[in-house]
Amino acid sequence: MLDQTEGYVTADGRKIGGVVMEMKNITLRFGGVEAIKDISFDIREGEIRAIIGPNGAGKSSMLNVISGFYIPQQGEVWYKGAPRPPMKPFEVARQGIARTFQNIALFEGMSVLDNVMTGRLTQMQTGLFAQAFWKGKAEAEETENREKAEKVIDFLEIQAIRKTPVARLPYGLKKRVELARALAAEPTILLLDEPMAGMNVEEKEDMSRFILDVNDEFGTTIALIEHDMGVVMDLSDRVVVMDYGKKIGDGTPDEVRSNQDVIDAYLGVSHD
Amino acid sequence: MTQSQSGTRDLLSVPALLERNATAFENAPAYREKEFGIWQSWTWGQTREEIEALAIGLIDLGVAEGDFVAVIGRNRPYLYWSMIAAQMCGAIPVPLYQDAVAEEMAYVLSHCGARFVIAGDQEQVDKVIEVQAELPNFEQMIYLDPRGLRKYDHSKLHQYSHIQDVGRAKRDELQAEMKARIAKLDYDSTCVMLYTSGTTGKPKGVVLSNRNVIETSKSSSEFDGLRQTDDILAYLPMAWVGDFIFSVGQALWTGFCTNCPESADTMHVDLREIGPTYYFAPPRVFETQLTQVMIRMEDADPIKKRLFRYFMDQAKKVGPAILDGHSVGLMDRLKYALGELVIYGPLKNTLGFSRVRVGYTAGEAIGPEIFDFYRSMGINLKQLYGQTEATVFITAQPDGQVRSDTVGVKCPGVELKISDSGEVFYRSPGVFVEYYKNPESTAGTKDAEGWVATGDAGFVEEDTGHLRIIDRAKDVGKMANGSLFAPKYVENKLKFFPNILEAVVFGNGREECTAFINIDLTAVGNWAERNNISYGSYQELAGHPQVLAAVQSHVEEINASVAEDEMLSGCQVHRFVVLHKELDADDGELTRTRKVRRRIIEEKFADIIAALYDGSEKVSTTTEVTYEDGRKGSISATLEIRSAAVQTVSQKMAAE
Repeated sequence: MLDQTEGYVTADGRKIGGVVMEMKNITLRFGGVEAIKDISFDIREGEIRAIIGPNGAGKSSMLNVISGFYIPQQGEVWYKGAPRPPMKPFEVARQGIARTFQNIALFEGMSVLDNVMTGRLTQMQTGLFAQAFWKGKAEAEETENREKAEKVIDFLEIQAIRKTPVARLPYGLKKRVELARALAAEPTILLLDEPMAGMNVEEKEDMSRFILDVNDEFGTTIALIEHDMGVVMDLSDRVVVMDYGKKIGDGTPDEVRSNQDVIDAYLGVSHD
Repeated sequence: MTQSQSGTRDLLSVPALLERNATAFENAPAYREKEFGIWQSWTWGQTREEIEALAIGLIDLGVAEGDFVAVIGRNRPYLYWSMIAAQMCGAIPVPLYQDAVAEEMAYVLSHCGARFVIAGDQEQVDKVIEVQAELPNFEQMIYLDPRGLRKYDHSKLHQYSHIQDVGRAKRDELQAEMKARIAKLDYDSTCVMLYTSGTTGKPKGVVLSNRNVIETSKSSSEFDGLRQTDDILAYLPMAWVGDFIFSVGQALWTGFCTNCPESADTMHVDLREIGPTYYFAPPRVFETQLTQVMIRMEDADPIKKRLFRYFMDQAKKVGPAILDGHSVGLMDRLKYALGELVIYGPLKNTLGFSRVRVGYTAGEAIGPEIFDFYRSMGINLKQLYGQTEATVFITAQPDGQVRSDTVGVKCPGVELKISDSGEVFYRSPGVFVEYYKNPESTAGTKDAEGWVATGDAGFVEEDTGHLRIIDRAKDVGKMANGSLFAPKYVENKLKFFPNILEAVVFGNGREECTAFINIDLTAVGNWAERNNISYGSYQELAGHPQVLAAVQSHVEEINASVAEDEMLSGCQVHRFVVLHKELDADDGELTRTRKVRRRIIEEKFADIIAALYDGSEKVSTTTEVTYEDGRKGSISATLEIRSAAVQTVSQKMAAE
């Protein structure tokens, strides 16, 4: 039962639409371990949705379910108003879901530009043979894709490293390149797995700015996992809190912050 | 005065020059900018169309004759066009330093009473909005890059392209008005107003007339034989007079192409891609590039290193002579040619200097080693001396007469005289009209006969006619024992070491000289990496005993060289301290053009200076710092004060 309510307008004037993706009673097991236990929540169009929780809470597993990398034993993922059959990650990518990884997964030996161009792969029509000869349609297609890639490079202000091999870049910039590659796919939903892990304050501020700008300029729906509570509370519209594979809270940052279960999960609770 | 009273034909204003170029060089490139990874280009014909559309749009928006239009942003064709469009409306463009903080902008904007602001992006728009309450005259703002600005209140805010759209739509109605306003511009109407960076006190608005700009552009273009087919890279602040003359004055006079980099960070890549034929950079840029080359050569393999050393020695020996057209032996010429093939050529290409025909540096003294390095590779790097009040050019070095210790001979049309106190005065067609709303300063700088005080102490060499500058006239002082104190002279020598980024020497009226030193993080950091020295911060590296020892050896080397100069032997540095923070324009310690502000530094670090003179070995201090976003913080440190060996003057006497 997809929630078809019209959505709402946030305090800063952004329009949030109806539900675009819904998790319904998802349970994911690895052998005897239940990583995710009967979790349901939804993601609305145009919102920034955060998934938070202590270590081992099942956040990354949840993201992998959304991206189609894990197939849950129970429950359904509804996307654009219909249940999504089990599919391969590349098929999910074609549906307009792009992601970044907790441990950066870029092609280290390739330049930033080439890495961003791989994000356009899902949009390319011409075959390997045509691209090798690079005539006619293949050439036109590359020109078009390069233009899109350059817009993203401009947007994320990484022009200066366009031709630099990724291996030579510092960590913070690699993260930005990964975001660029995901954006190049022009996704409907962008999944960010700990986009700010291991960054210094300035890099975090830059990354937060870019995430907000992406959401603002392109209206991209963003689901992100993040450890830094300050960042999450500032960035997101709604937050899902997980602990030991269960959902213990769901709501606006303010609601979540005052939720007793969440406070217990984060600060610990005495067992006497 | 030797200037022509009428200009050449009817070219009496910048818009008139644009009209000439759009007719004479209609299809030649006028502006290029790299955007989305591609060099976008506009011909002179297209440029005229773009600028006219903007000018008509501005007239429609209410820009009146005599208004001031502030232009803030990085070097982009659109902003250069804004300045010319403002002139076409009979208004006066006022370019501002884009990295100025909001308060600095508030002063300039309210001083000139700008009704309109043309801003590059959200950052600049935000700054103006922040201070708009202090700006009673401010009315409308136009922005270039719409990113992030969609949700702003647009009652006073307009997108650049929309103004042009209006201009195109109202062409028929308002073109006549624009033409009438252009026709009213003559040689004495104001061309631009530029605010001096102000080493002392508040910035002053220097009013330059069309005569100043066009006469200077004309004579300097002829001096260096600039051609219509030349290319320059416009990357220095638009608010700086040099950029205005190179990228607007000379560009429009000769009709060459102005290339704008993609962003400040991509400058070096863009430089390489464009390969400018006419290039200007302050000494700092050449210094940084040389440091980078040397650092990379340190990391190169032994064969390459030896090859590099061998051919650079060869270049040092004969390169400058070949460039100056002196006779050089056949064997040396052959070796140099081989060097060009394997080392100089590829290196010049990497640096983006392959095509440079005329290169200039100015603003500060350049180290002789740095200067010779570039010249020895066959890059025609020269020095010029000038200031905003002179519309840049006072002296410049003609081809074939280039030396690192002079600033050249008088430019065409310039007269020079040296006062009794040693200060340099000049008079030229480029002499500014006035300081805006500041007749006192105008009278204090420019006398009734048109002579302008430069504020620099110097002398003209009798045999060559070259001008040599010693120091700022007001900085030159006397030590307690009566000997001459010229801090800049010593500071420049110190700064020529790659490890030292900045130095400030004290000693006026004192027994001995002392110094503050800033290390160069790139050079010292690289050295630390190669020597397995770990450090967590700038502060930690600056306080490392080995770094201090290295700086000490530099200071002692300088002392030895200063001692050789009879007049200045009193300026040897007895004690010094390596500062825990980099001197920064945001903290007011440097000007926006990175010149040291002595008085502010003396006040701010009074405790450290006291420690330098009271013989203590350590000093604890807390310094306030301003971050780029304007927030303030503070850093505390305990600094070690070192004494450096000095050459006693009597020793020198004995040696003589």
